[in-house]
Amino acid sequence: MSEKKLICGNEAMAEAAIIAGLDAYFGYPITPQNEVTAYMSRRMPELDRVFVQCESELAAVNMVYGAVATGKRAMTSSSSPGISLMQEGISYLAGAELPAVIVNVMRGGPGLGNIAPSQADYFQATRGGGHGDYRTIVLAPSSVQELADFMSLAFDLADQYRITVMVLTDGILGQMMEPVILEKKKQRKLPPKNWALTGAKNRKQNIVRSLWLGDGVLEELNRKLQKKYDEIQKKEILCEEYEIENAEIIVVAYGIAARIAKGTVDKAKKEGIKVGLIRPITLWPFPAEQISRAAEKAKAFLTVELSCGQMVEDVRLAVAGKVHVEFYGRSGGGVPSDSEIMKEIKQLAAKR
Amino acid sequence: METVFTRTPTLKDCTTHYCPGCGHGIAHRLVAETIDELQIAPKTIGIAPVGCAVLAYDYLDVDMIEVAHGRAPAVATGIKRTNSDKIVFSYQGDGDLAAIGTAEIIHAAHRAEQLTVIFINNAIFGMTGGQMAPTTVLGQVTATSPQGRQAIGQGYPLQMSELLAILPGTVYVERCALSGVAQIKKAKKAIKHAFELQIGGANGLSLVELLSPCPTYWRMTPVEAMQWIEKEMTKVFPLGCLKNDQ
Repeated sequence: MSEKKLICGNEAMAEAAIIAGLDAYFGYPITPQNEVTAYMSRRMPELDRVFVQCESELAAVNMVYGAVATGKRAMTSSSSPGISLMQEGISYLAGAELPAVIVNVMRGGPGLGNIAPSQADYFQATRGGGHGDYRTIVLAPSSVQELADFMSLAFDLADQYRITVMVLTDGILGQMMEPVILEKKKQRKLPPKNWALTGAKNRKQNIVRSLWLGDGVLEELNRKLQKKYDEIQKKEILCEEYEIENAEIIVVAYGIAARIAKGTVDKAKKEGIKVGLIRPITLWPFPAEQISRAAEKAKAFLTVELSCGQMVEDVRLAVAGKVHVEFYGRSGGGVPSDSEIMKEIKQLAAKR
Repeated sequence: METVFTRTPTLKDCTTHYCPGCGHGIAHRLVAETIDELQIAPKTIGIAPVGCAVLAYDYLDVDMIEVAHGRAPAVATGIKRTNSDKIVFSYQGDGDLAAIGTAEIIHAAHRAEQLTVIFINNAIFGMTGGQMAPTTVLGQVTATSPQGRQAIGQGYPLQMSELLAILPGTVYVERCALSGVAQIKKAKKAIKHAFELQIGGANGLSLVELLSPCPTYWRMTPVEAMQWIEKEMTKVFPLGCLKNDQ
């Protein structure tokens, strides 16, 4: 189990989900995540578990909705346009407080965009995406190993809080092959699913719903959801702080952008520039406190994304005007290179 | 004293929210009676649609889930595939099944999902205030076809049962009406047969379409509505068994 395997991100994630106790996978083909659907179509029946190739992403997310309502662990995966279609279902999952795991292997948009890597679904993922007052937990791996490791975390978080957890990754991590250790993680202590639809045998009927017509009832439910979201914000933020102690410039990046930026930070340090990296691992809840704390000492921030500037808004909110926040991004399939990031860092350093 | 008639246990003892003369109450009762006669209440999971029957779980005393408009067959697939020992049924209106959820029902049938579908066809969107549905008959006046439905521009009434019956993945499709005692008795038999097929492990989807009165949005009395089903609706939606493979 614990030997290293050379495997692409999509397959590592699929196998890791299976190891985490996935009962059912529902998917629809879309590039660049087709390896997941293909892998599941072979592995799940081998293990006598459920695989369905659906007629649409709408159907896929609703099959997940049905399966998780019965207490099973279920997931779907897709890429940006498909995730847009799933937003209806994600809103219903939130309203009904069902635990689901959804993987978005992001590609370029808007529209059909292209099939190249992107981080342009940050707004959609972290703001909810669908209608109504809700949140989803968003995990952003930056290596194939993390992509695999976050699957059991995603299922545990989903079950613990009865929430949708989105694993937000991109075409590079999905396709890239790296040596990975795939092993069973220790499961969190999880609450019993006594709300699940298992047949009303020797108990009252269970109802899974999101419609609340009574005066004030929905508001009360939404306040309950907010309390849950507050608790998640207090307890579940994950963030990597790299070489930030004496840093004057803090690079903020997540996922594959952080992977690239980390190398640039090392190079810049060798050239004598005081630079560090903050890598949000949970995009929601966002590590605002860590960034705010760093803003007390740093002189400037540089946010790097594979987008035209989305997470940078959260960084600016966290920095709250204390210091300048610069942005560098590439979009539509463009990937910020080491030298491009270095140029931005040097420009900021020169302003000091 | 001998009890000759009683409320069937799966039908809850509560006040109805349905309009006077609405067919949902009858359909609910038929489903509840079936569940009780087949003694499957403890292992049944029902799916309530979006539409007037969204509150079906207020009346049917089994585990139930409310779903997005039209998505019931997908949700049912997710439930049944992961719980093959459960009896899973969806209860869907014509806006739900014949408009927004056309893809989901066609593909659930196409995959031969072992599900039972109760399809309420009242030729109108009831919940939202009487708009034209795909099943609205030609000439029928609704909130969104005030001149009466015209085939060109507004489409022909969509015959979902006929469409579904030609798919190899359906094992049983029958259209009944809730327009009188004789018809209701036939409907009960059909519903029971549809559930029995699933219990017996039949390899496909069973569906019963029920022509159901909506006096409120047909602007008729309950009696006129029952008569309209028999005189007008059955012309477009002929009653009878379209398919019974078992």
